[in-house]
Amino acid sequence: MLPAETLPAGFGALEPYLAWALPTEPERYARRLASTMDEMQAFYDTAFPLLEPALTHLDKIPLHELPEPERTLLHLMQSLIMVSFPVEVWKQPRVPDSGAAYLDLVVEPRI
Amino acid sequence: MPHFAKPAEGSWTEHYPELGTAPVNYSDSIDPAYYEAERAAIFKRTWLNVGRVERLPRTGSYFTSELAAAGTSLILVRGNDSQIRAFHNICRHRGNKLVWNDYPNDETAGTCRQFTCKYHAWRYDLSGNLTFVQQEGEFFDLDKADYGLKEVACDVWEGFIFVNLDPQETLATYLGEMAKGIEGYPFGEMTEVYTYRAEVGSNWKLFIDAFAEFYHAPVLHAKQAVREEADKLLGFGFEGLHYELFGPHSMISSWGGMAPPKDPSMVKPIERVLRSGLFGPWDRPDIEGLDSLPSGLNPARHHSWGIDSFVIYPNFMLLIWAPGWYLTYHYWPTAVNRHLFEASLYFVPPKTARERLAQELAGVTFKEYALQDGNTLEATQTMLASRAVTEFPLNDQEILLRHLHKVTRDLVKEHADAAR
Repeated sequence: MLPAETLPAGFGALEPYLAWALPTEPERYARRLASTMDEMQAFYDTAFPLLEPALTHLDKIPLHELPEPERTLLHLMQSLIMVSFPVEVWKQPRVPDSGAAYLDLVVEPRI
Repeated sequence: MPHFAKPAEGSWTEHYPELGTAPVNYSDSIDPAYYEAERAAIFKRTWLNVGRVERLPRTGSYFTSELAAAGTSLILVRGNDSQIRAFHNICRHRGNKLVWNDYPNDETAGTCRQFTCKYHAWRYDLSGNLTFVQQEGEFFDLDKADYGLKEVACDVWEGFIFVNLDPQETLATYLGEMAKGIEGYPFGEMTEVYTYRAEVGSNWKLFIDAFAEFYHAPVLHAKQAVREEADKLLGFGFEGLHYELFGPHSMISSWGGMAPPKDPSMVKPIERVLRSGLFGPWDRPDIEGLDSLPSGLNPARHHSWGIDSFVIYPNFMLLIWAPGWYLTYHYWPTAVNRHLFEASLYFVPPKTARERLAQELAGVTFKEYALQDGNTLEATQTMLASRAVTEFPLNDQEILLRHLHKVTRDLVKEHADAAR
């Protein structure tokens, strides 16, 4: 059983997807490429309806003072953005026709 | 019938008669000897942007810059007098690379009081003076004043740091009218940075070509828009609002109706919730300097203006987006058929999670597009190298490409003629 304070109240539905609570883009991108469409669709279907409630909840706290459960929620929503392209557009994990092309994020603001 | 007015000559290209309208020869992107000529004629004697002043926030802040095309590595450092200086990254004792970490060919950054060579501990202060020689008495007639770091011309424009191994003119003169027109834009407020990097298997000019025209956008990126919108965009095609050439530099001004879209159903669900997308967060940040823009931005004064792209010759692009953020591209050649591509997105630092995630979506979207743009290049390089076809017709919306290749051709020729 996960401790109750892993996620803010009202966001417990995301607990099965905590593996997506990743603080950096390279981790999120790697997980996307390593996931199946079914896995990403299930995460998206749970997380997307919680996006607006998450924004409303997180906006009550200054961005750089987020407590741990809120940080986790933010990281999950960053991963929701990461899977949105495969789910909403591509219907596959990779950008179509992107072959061997890569683009590494080497500097990013971390929360 | 054009949607937007063109110059009296009938086209943007013919407005600049020196460009001609003939097909363009792309041997300049596949010939190793030509690449060597470009290095000598351009990269070793032109102002090159190596980053922003925010990377050097305080005395002793430094970063190194690997300039393969110019054949050197530089140290950029902020001195005790707050001046930013550039030095060749070489110890005066026996040529050891002075500043590096773990891998001598990788760029590095940090803060220090002085530079100490890893080899024999010769030390240099932040102004490049040699201050300590290990076992100095063992040397013969060594005057430390003669062995400071070798300095390189370095100047700053609007917070962008430029270097030049062999300046032919001042940075301000080189950047000219185009840069003057965007002075005053609040670049300094936009310090939230996302930097992307990739090694690309193509000539450096081919990736500039890819980003210096939007003619490709409705086709290559069709799947990124919802179906109905994609079909509509393809039907319209692409037309720039305005094009202008300034010596070696150039700009294109484009419309951008997607931030925010007229009809939310035009965009993807995640964009609707986060109010953001390729054109950036739809809600402008609350800072000064965005209400009345510098005169060089949106030169057509068009109400649906979305973005201006500036090619600052040779290998630096600056893109300023209507919703209040900017993007830079750098293309660093490493061989005739390879270059290091760097893209940085700059936003006003977010105060809330909502603002942070809107920027996140802009960054993620940028990467999706850039992967599509980048992947066509290696194959293009291979096919150009086949020489099956050497001349290519460029249309009026590709005027910046025609200009880029002509400027390069002219500089290489001028340099070769001067050497005769």
